[in-house]
Order: sequence, then C-alpha cells, then structure tokens
Amino acid sequence: MKRIITLTVNNRAGVLNRITGLFTKRHYNIESITVGHAETEGISRMTFVVNVENERIAEQITKQLHKQIDVLKVNDITDQAIVARELALIKVYASPQTRNEIYSLIEPFRASIIDVSKESLVVQVTGESEKIEALIDLLKPYGIKEIARTGTTAFTRGSQKSSNSNSKSYSII
Amino acid sequence: MKMAPKIKVEERKDSKTKMSGAMMLIEALKRENVEVIFGYPGGAVLPIYDKLYDSGIFHVLTRHEQGGIHAAEGYARISGKPGVVIATSGPGATNIVTGLADAMIDSIPLVVFTGQVASSVIGSDAFQEADVVGITMPITKHNYQVRDVNDLPKIIKEAFHIATTGRPGPVLIDIPKDMSTEEAEFDYDQDIHLPGYQPTIHPNHLQTRKLVEAVSRAKKPVILAGAGILHAKASEYLKIYAEQQQIPVVNTLLGLGSFPADHPLFLGMAGMHGTYTANMALYHCDLLISIGARFDDRVTGNLAHFAPNAIVAHIDIDPSEIGKNVPTQIPVVGDAKEALIQLIEQNGKPGKTEEWRKQLNQWKNEYPLVYQNDVSMLKPQRLIELIFEATNGDAIVTTDVGQHQMWAAQYYKFQKPHRWVTSGGLGTMGFGLPAAIGAQLAEPKATVVSILGDAGFQMTLQELSVIQELNLPIKVFIVNNHSLGMVRQWQELFYKERYSYSLLPHQPNYVKLAEAYSIKGFTASTEQEAKEVLQKAFEHNGPVLVDFHVSPHENVYPMVAPGKGIHEMVGVTL
Repeated sequence: MKRIITLTVNNRAGVLNRITGLFTKRHYNIESITVGHAETEGISRMTFVVNVENERIAEQITKQLHKQIDVLKVNDITDQAIVARELALIKVYASPQTRNEIYSLIEPFRASIIDVSKESLVVQVTGESEKIEALIDLLKPYGIKEIARTGTTAFTRGSQKSSNSNSKSYSII
Repeated sequence: MKMAPKIKVEERKDSKTKMSGAMMLIEALKRENVEVIFGYPGGAVLPIYDKLYDSGIFHVLTRHEQGGIHAAEGYARISGKPGVVIATSGPGATNIVTGLADAMIDSIPLVVFTGQVASSVIGSDAFQEADVVGITMPITKHNYQVRDVNDLPKIIKEAFHIATTGRPGPVLIDIPKDMSTEEAEFDYDQDIHLPGYQPTIHPNHLQTRKLVEAVSRAKKPVILAGAGILHAKASEYLKIYAEQQQIPVVNTLLGLGSFPADHPLFLGMAGMHGTYTANMALYHCDLLISIGARFDDRVTGNLAHFAPNAIVAHIDIDPSEIGKNVPTQIPVVGDAKEALIQLIEQNGKPGKTEEWRKQLNQWKNEYPLVYQNDVSMLKPQRLIELIFEATNGDAIVTTDVGQHQMWAAQYYKFQKPHRWVTSGGLGTMGFGLPAAIGAQLAEPKATVVSILGDAGFQMTLQELSVIQELNLPIKVFIVNNHSLGMVRQWQELFYKERYSYSLLPHQPNYVKLAEAYSIKGFTASTEQEAKEVLQKAFEHNGPVLVDFHVSPHENVYPMVAPGKGIHEMVGVTL
C-alpha cells in the first residue's frame, strides 16, 4: 500500500540524510521525496511517498520519523482529504507532422509545451501521479526521449470531510 | 513567528566571558557535574586535551577508544549519569562505533566528543578525516557537528539533555579543530528549545485506567520488566505494584535486578535461555504487562507463539516500541516510574490469580534451572553460584556476551537494581572488562566482578593496564572453556558439530599475563580449587585475575531454539 507522509523538519545540514538513512536501515521503500522551504524560515517541508506492506509498518515509519530530533511534525495524510501534485517534464520525439497531434493530445491534461526543437518537444504537466502516468502512456507511441518527475508533494485540504470513508477525494483542478 | 522578548538573555550579555571552544567544553563538563571522562588524545583534540590538562577533571586514559566508550557505558549503567567520552578524529572516532551501537540499542546515556579535522579542510580527505557524523547517524540518538563556535555551549547543553531524558541514548558532538581554538562568548544559561523533542513522561490516565480494569479481569497476568524500570529508577514501585496486585514478574536479560530474585512473585529471566516458568508464564498468560522492555527476538522467540492468548499492555517511554513487534491492545506511553505510581494510586481490585500463581509455583518447583554437577571438574554454572555465594549476591557483575553471560544471568540471583552490566542488544564481545572499570569508578566501594569468556577477554584485555594504573580492585574472572562457547554450542546443535573456527586451544598464560600488569593471577580447574581461589581473590584488596578452567563441553540450557516458540523449550530437565 502507498502512503503519503509529510514532515516539517529543521532545515539543518544532514537532515535529509538522517531521514533517508532511517528508511534504509529499516527497509522502508521510498517511491518519491520532495523537499523545499516551508512558510517559516529555517523550516523545511518534505513529502514522502512510501510503499509499505501493512498498516503496522506505516505506523512504525511515522513513529520512527517522529523520534528524530530535527523532525518537528509527522503526518500520514493518506486517508485524509488532500491535494497531491507532481510535476513532470517529458521530452518527446515530434516531427513537424506530429507536433499538432501532440498539442491537441496534451490539451485536456492542461499540460503545456515549454520547449520546441527540430525533432522534439518538452511537455510540462502537473497533477496527481495517475494523471501524469496517463499522459506518459499517451505520449509513448511518439517516442519518449527523457522524463524528469519531481515526485509527489501534498497538502491536506483546508476543510476535511467528516466521513472517514476510503473514497479518494479528487480535485477539480 | 512570534518573538517573545528575551530580556533575561539580553541582560546577561555583559557578564558572559569570551573563551575558546576547548575551554567551553571544559566549563560545560563542570556545569554538568561530570565526575570522570574516558578518552584518548590525538591530533584533532589536542586543543581540548591542552585545556583538560589542568582543568581538575578526572580523565581516564583507556588503552583503546573502544575500551573508553565501554567504560563510559559501565559508568552510566551504575551511576545513572551520562558517560562522557573523548576521541580524536578518523580512527579515534571509528574505534568508538561499536560502543555507540551498543549504547544505542541498550539505551545507555552517553555524551561523546570526537575531534574532527579543521573546517577549512573538511571534505578534502585530510589526514585522519572520516565522516563521523555520517557514520554515527544511525547509531546515535542524535549527533552534531559544530560549524560555528558560538553554537557550542547550546549544542553541549542540548546533548546532555537529549542523552539523559526520554529514552536515554548516546549523543555525539563532532568538533572540528578550529572550533576548539576559536573564541566566543560562553553562555550556558540559555534555555533548551527543542520543539521536535518532547518525550512523554506522564502517561495518559485513561490508558492506565484501561490497564487497571484489565488487571481486575485477568486470571493469568504477568509483568515483563525490562531495563526501562532501571532507567526510570522504578524498582521499588514495581515491587509495590506487583505485591498490591499479586502479579508475577518476569525479567528480560537487561531488566535483571529490577525485581528481587528471591521474591515469591519472581519467575526468573524470560527468553532463549530463560527459566521454564518465566517462558510458560509468557506463553499461557491472559494479560501481559510489559514495562520498559522492547520485545527483543531473544525474549519473544517465534512471534506467532508469543503470548498467543494474552491482552498485551505495553508501558514504554518510546512510543515507537509499542506495537513494533507485538500487537498491543493497551498502549501506555510514559516513564515507567510515573506509570507505576499511577497504577499503584489507582489501587484497582486485583484479579483472581490464585490458581495461576499456584500453577506457576508448581512449575517453579518442578522445573528449576538444572545442571549436572561434577566436583572433579569445574562446571561453569557451579562457578557462578560460587561467585554469588562469595559476594553475598551483592557484587556489581559485568559480562561480555555468550555462554558465560547467560550462566551469569541465570545463576547470579540479583536482589538489587543497578548491579548488572551486560551488553544485551548488540551482544558485544570485549564489553565486560572496560565496563567493569567504569562501574568501579561509579561506585568505588562496591565489589566489582567481571565475568568474561576467554575469547571476549582477549578482545579488550589491554584495559588491564588501566586497572593496574588506577589500582581498581576489580575481580576479573575468565570462564575459560577454550572456545567461543556460544558459537561452539550452536555449531554442535545446528551445524552437525562442525566447529568452524570456534575452538581456541592455543591460549596465553593468563596468570603470567596478569602478572605482567602487576595484577594478582590465579587459576582453578576444580570446584575445590575454585572455592579457595575465590576466597583469596576477595580477600585481596586490589585487582585479581582468575583463569577458571571450566568443563569445555557444557551448553547453556534450557533453550528455545531459533525459530521456535517460547513454549518449545529443550534441556529443561537433565
């Protein structure tokens, strides 16, 4: 099962090393990490997507992270109403003949072309991981040269629905 | 962020004095009331050692950094205060890695200072440079590298706080050489502000209430008491609680001494080499109350067969231990002493446990620890009993890891807390001798007995030199079976008696070795000789080393074989 865990941490030397080291030591698999400054100076925010076998291990991860002295807050937000976003840059082969086709293909994904060369385009797309996967699948037949993905970063929504249902909350945008 | 006016700090600014980083370290150690430090000098810590020279702080020069850190562990176990270690950069620091891992897994409070090459050359693969912060990150509770000398007082203060509070553990401070020589203002009165570190001391009343109710309903309760009781100095409360509720008590290896061994409610040590009754109690109980223990695999055996019918309550100061290995219905996060005080005060109605205690007593009588004695030679179990008798059960006992450790745990019946110093989680050979040095320094008047294997002793025997130098009256007892006993036992039982590199027929003359360090040396090979030698050893007011030649083929029993449930014990009877 996939879990999305967000952390706020002191922005100190070695903090990322501390946390990834902890994952390695306990054999937790990281799917993606994003790190960046938070709203307060000296504080960073991290979003981890991890793949775990069961709830018990998911709970262990949050507890172990919480033990780190530089970790200020740990939140497993998987089961909450969240907005999760990832950005991907996809360099795809495009001849003058296929360019227009690609343009119309990416349009419903609200992706944009941010670089054009004689034989390729760079497509920028933001959204949940599934959406990015879908776009990549559609672009594959044209020949993908390179992909760079940021990994998921996530927030809980401003208002949480009171129901504790497992139904996933999709965002409109 | 709101900024609270810090008038107090502003005012003091004038009175603060400027000093070098090395001097700050010395001042901070004095402010922390550090009685003794264990260390070894070298290039990167020369500025610190220069200030140490006439500081008045008692420094013990161990003969190897590993000896230094194990001595600090022994000191911490007995004194309850943090052990302090200094090592130089590179090899000095890597030599303490074993001790850090040992202290981490056994929750021993240490504050360790390592030198580092100067800031200007860090990252250039300079002479004696090693990434000590990187190396020690997973085996310390927290670690620091000083990058600005102005931060040093705050870092040291935080280090002592982190090492000694919550679940104790080792904290390391890596100090580049220039940070020792640069000067800044020394302010040790600043408040510690660690928003990411707020250990829960007082348990939630609702949770202890749940436990009280479960105890009232239980017919077969048992307490599993670990080293958390000792760290929290909660032994007397454990006794009051167990007596109030009439709940039998089982110890983990590291928890020995937290409950008097001769108490009618005591069932012995649990686990791989635990007593039959202790393990049966864990297997058959309907309520398991673990206090300050972490369900190590050596205690639980195969988890599928561990306390299969029990409601599990777990009291621990470290929430990550709860539910880690054993599903827990009643989690109680907090200090063991605070939890026990709450439980005692709630004074719940004890459950109907008469039948259960009758059953346990029957097992205790039917299946005590047994071995086949033979007076013509010296049985290791008998040797431990003789040591127990000779010391009235009152000595501080330190050990390495292996057979001698298990026999000491089984046959030295600890009545009091803080008498038992052993490497539990990491199982470190070479731990016992240096740990005895630290233990003796923590309690100069105590009788300290270091029970060691012939193999483990040879890993850190250079520390005999410290025993000689300080004339510490430690009794070093080598349980010599001419082998790596526990390895040999497993090879006998599980590897078709193929003794691959586990036998040590070639050994030094330990008596002469002792004499080389001006330490009295004896040897004994029969029970009678052992009795006489022990008498001489304890009569002599000074260090003694005895080479006890025990019967070499003796195995530790009873035993739960690896992968088996704790109810599947072998070697319970002769």
